[in-house]
Amino acid sequence: MAGAPRPEDRPISPHLSVWRWHATMASSILHRFSGIGLYGAAILFAFWLMAAAAGQETYAQIAPHFTTWYGQTVLYLIVAALAYHLANGIRHLVFDTGMGLTPTDADTSAWFAILFAIAAPIGLWALLSFGA
Amino acid sequence: MSGPTTRMRSALGRVRHHGASGEGTGHFIAIRWTSIALALLAPWFVVSASLAIRDGGYLATIDFLTDPFNAVGTILLVIASLYHMSLGMQEVILDYIHRPFTKVALLLINAGVPLVLGAGAVFAVLSLNFGV
Repeated sequence: MAGAPRPEDRPISPHLSVWRWHATMASSILHRFSGIGLYGAAILFAFWLMAAAAGQETYAQIAPHFTTWYGQTVLYLIVAALAYHLANGIRHLVFDTGMGLTPTDADTSAWFAILFAIAAPIGLWALLSFGA
Repeated sequence: MSGPTTRMRSALGRVRHHGASGEGTGHFIAIRWTSIALALLAPWFVVSASLAIRDGGYLATIDFLTDPFNAVGTILLVIASLYHMSLGMQEVILDYIHRPFTKVALLLINAGVPLVLGAGAVFAVLSLNFGV
């Protein structure tokens, strides 16, 4: 047959099992995971807005879930995923300029994004509990 | 060369319609500008909404969403986040789903769901501000 190979025969990304585990690899995988998680969060966000517009009776059916242990856990994870995706997204915008691409710099910024994802939800929780 | 019909075709004729779609740059740029918008909108919304609403109560939610600045910011957040997540999930689907039918079905769902949710969420914010 002439022409390029069919799409399913084209080369795919290197398989995970051939790579040694390291911070920049973890940051890449976490970026996808947090992005997929935030896809679900944005769906909940849209439903939350529609529930608010639907009126008090409809909203009263979803509002109690926010203060339960699982509601608080989901909100906490959403903030953590958002913080990670934000920090690592900015990291990628810097990469796009050609800066920060040496292994040392990329490792450092990867760890910064991971630590920011841990610190940001704790910081928000502290602000809401003890702050303004 | 495999047969008499292909032997007559030029190199350009054989590769045409088998290569890149020519739309990659637009996708790349759209991911970047939505990410810059979200780097501003998402932290603003998380901090200001959680400070204003706290326990997720109905009246606090309505108060927050009927402030003009918050309403405009929330609508921009809905549009930027749903567009950004659709572009991101498109990359994930193209990377990992190789069966043609499944891939096309998921791409269609990924194009449609954010559009429907976005229309619903924007309408919700508008109706809270201008509706009955």
